[in-house]
Amino acid sequence: MFGKLSLAAIPWDQPIPLITSVFIVVLLAALLALVTYKGWWPYLWREWLTSTDHKRIGVMYVVLALVMLIRGFSDAIMMRSQLAVAAGTAAGYLPPEHYNQIFSAHGTIMIFFVAMTFVIGLMNFVVPLQLGVRDVAFPVLNSVSFWLTAAGVLLVNVSLVIGEFARTGWLAYPPLSELAYSPGVGVDYYLWSLQISGLGTLLAGINFTTTILKLRAPGMSYSRMPIFCWTALASNLLIVAAFPILTATFAMLLLDRYLGFHFFTNDGGGNPMMYINLIWAWGHPEVYILILPAFGVFSEVIATFSGKSLFGHRSMVVATMAICMLSFLVWLHHFFTMGAGANVNAFFGIMTMIIAVPTGVKVFNWLFTLYGGEVRFTAPVYWSLGFMVTFVLGGMTGVLMAIPPADFVLHNSLFLVAHFHNVIIGGVVFGLMAGYTYWFPKAFGFTLDERLGKASFWCWFIGFYLAFMPLYLLGLMGATRRMQHYTNLSWQPLMWVAFAGALVIFAGLAFTIAQLVYSIKTRHRRRDKTGDPWNGRTLEWSTASPPPPWNFTVLPQVSGIDEFWRMKHGDNKTAPPAAPPAIHVPRPSPLGFLSAFCAVMFGFASIWHIWWLAILGLLGAIALLLRHSWQMNTEMQVSAEEIAEFEPPHKAQPG
Amino acid sequence: MRPEMRVAAKACVLVLALVESACGASGVLDPHGPIGGAERTILFDATAIMLAVVVPVILATGVFAWWFRAGNRKARRDLEWSYSGRIEFVVWAIPALVVLFLGGIAWIGSHDLDPRAPLHASSAPIEVEVVSLDWKWLFIYPDLGIASVNRLVAPVGTPLHFRLTSAGVMNSFFIPQLGSQIYTMAGMATELNLQADDQGIFAGLSAQFSGDGFSDMRFDVAAVTPQAFAQWVDETRAHGGSLGPKEYTELTRPTSKDAPRTFAAVSPKLFEAILATPGAAPGENSK
Repeated sequence: MFGKLSLAAIPWDQPIPLITSVFIVVLLAALLALVTYKGWWPYLWREWLTSTDHKRIGVMYVVLALVMLIRGFSDAIMMRSQLAVAAGTAAGYLPPEHYNQIFSAHGTIMIFFVAMTFVIGLMNFVVPLQLGVRDVAFPVLNSVSFWLTAAGVLLVNVSLVIGEFARTGWLAYPPLSELAYSPGVGVDYYLWSLQISGLGTLLAGINFTTTILKLRAPGMSYSRMPIFCWTALASNLLIVAAFPILTATFAMLLLDRYLGFHFFTNDGGGNPMMYINLIWAWGHPEVYILILPAFGVFSEVIATFSGKSLFGHRSMVVATMAICMLSFLVWLHHFFTMGAGANVNAFFGIMTMIIAVPTGVKVFNWLFTLYGGEVRFTAPVYWSLGFMVTFVLGGMTGVLMAIPPADFVLHNSLFLVAHFHNVIIGGVVFGLMAGYTYWFPKAFGFTLDERLGKASFWCWFIGFYLAFMPLYLLGLMGATRRMQHYTNLSWQPLMWVAFAGALVIFAGLAFTIAQLVYSIKTRHRRRDKTGDPWNGRTLEWSTASPPPPWNFTVLPQVSGIDEFWRMKHGDNKTAPPAAPPAIHVPRPSPLGFLSAFCAVMFGFASIWHIWWLAILGLLGAIALLLRHSWQMNTEMQVSAEEIAEFEPPHKAQPG
Repeated sequence: MRPEMRVAAKACVLVLALVESACGASGVLDPHGPIGGAERTILFDATAIMLAVVVPVILATGVFAWWFRAGNRKARRDLEWSYSGRIEFVVWAIPALVVLFLGGIAWIGSHDLDPRAPLHASSAPIEVEVVSLDWKWLFIYPDLGIASVNRLVAPVGTPLHFRLTSAGVMNSFFIPQLGSQIYTMAGMATELNLQADDQGIFAGLSAQFSGDGFSDMRFDVAAVTPQAFAQWVDETRAHGGSLGPKEYTELTRPTSKDAPRTFAAVSPKLFEAILATPGAAPGENSK
């Protein structure tokens, strides 16, 4: 009846996961009770859970990412504290079977459920506003994408309470992840949660590619498109091209594990090298899926707060698209040590370095955007400058490891760990924080507190250097990644420094939460009634904050780069159309929420081999999709009173 | 000195001490063989070339942002300026030139330091067959007919030619102070050439996560004089047990922290047999 599932699946004997699980379950129960008690369900259901408004979906993505950031960060603190104490003969407080789950969960969560989720959230919120359109191409699909991501998140977190998570690292290399070496449910949790959320990501990629290619405000040619939209386009093209590889690779591993296939097993003609190639054919584009939108954020932030147009807009576009292409030609640099020949290694090493050229160009273009500008030192600018300083170091160590013989001694070491945290924290996280602070007032109509934002920045910035510079040194000293303990006592002082750094970053996270809470409390005095708190340049600032569900009452006519700046300075010579035509917005749809519910049912049942429930979940999802396909009435018209009620913050100044 | 200056000075001393310990202590920056030495040279050269660009960029970021801060009356601003063909040319050229340099290093280095490339030396290399097991290392000296677990003994100044495979999951064979690492994979043999130039005990490890016993999958490399090596071979032949199919099956059982031991008589073609049928007795990574 219940497959492999029994009460033994709950980790009764392990106090850390047990207490955490109890805490989370109690917290969730309290939250649900509060919502029920306050009678918020109808509002939540109508306005959020079933929303097809890209802005609401974007906000939900970001909230999900922030929650998972806390989870992923708890894993990080546990790892750093374990390694601070587990030196010499000490075993530390986390046994290998638990420690191995923690680092696997940390990587999986941080990449898939924090970075990806946050990036897609920002794109969701910003892209249609910057393009000057009313919504994405497929609003219901957008909601499905979000809820499938949430389904994946739920499954990963269920693994904490029921069963275990993978103990194979964040990419689950076979043969270790095959049934012969990992017979438990951990790898199945990993695979099914990523299959489900990966499907959501792929759908989001299709949605945004279509939106950017097909739905732009009248007059917005590609050359006039804001740079964030360009980076979002590149990122979504990469999603569309790369995520099917991930899905196929995981599908093959699932077939190995569930039906005794031999794609990647040691026996029966399987070949694990194939998995490693395939996973990185997805994995390398993946890092650019994350970093390109972050580059877009910095471009917007630096231009806005320098009071200048972005230097070399065209060159930025070329650089972005060059990175987009090249990112598919470098995957082998993740395993130079697999024994490929010198020609192959050298080719992929050089291709990797070539990516540094457009990336370097971007850094110079930001420098020249600052040059001659009038730079306002706001929190987003702090994040951006911190990024420029930190990221070039990470880029440098990356290019260093692109030289195959250098990688032969640095591969899989803590030097590598330091490198990718250098680019992911110094690049992606700083970019996301900059974007979060920058667009928050657009989403909610009030600004975030600057002082707490800057405090958060300084903690992240200093904490990053404290936490990861020691890891560079430890890597050079021969320390490898994923160690649960080590014998070399001379490593320990640096491990303590790294732990201290993690605590400082923790303070940064705490400041971010404090900033949010404090800003909400004082929102009345930090209201932005203009819709344009930063003296912005692109179209999202031309509408109200928060924007109406239809974004723009009158669709903007675009005549150049930085259209809103041109409007404010009377450079837009095209006359706006007089009366707004009837405005249609997508109806809310429960499809996303309900199909994700079925997906969770299917995923959970597959993990535990509860076949009847799996079939039920699958049939439920199919039935929902069919039902939706016959839905004709997906849009609703906004009444004239509703539009009139909405005071436009700016009257676009006609030329 | 002001108190904060004193704190800063102390912090600098501490940082320098930590960096010093990194460069001194038994890592890849303290190589004892030709491969490790050449790789360290590449690390230094490439870092120096890149720092020539990276340091100015970091300084320029600070200087530009600070000088053009709102409120600095001395700054000459040009808010309309957003294009310059000459600057564009230079900003594409600088990274391209750096990559041209580094690409050369990568191409030449990849070929010179190809793990499969034999080392130039007067003496013939010593053949070593390496098998990664859960969670220990087996070293077979096929020409000498002996084997050891978790301890690799090698004469200084003589090239070592490794053929490597795995009995189960992937591992990476790595001796940081001698240089290059290489994966061990079941059913496949990878090759590696290394050499120790100085006597000493060097740490060896697996650099690819391989399950619960991974952290203890370490071994010592004893680089000894040729005379001491010959003596060790004789002693091993005289005292070690034999390594036949039965003993090997025993070895494939997952264990960790195995004390080093040696085998006097190794059944010939054991390595080829492991290559042909890996995973005959897979280790359990179960709960």
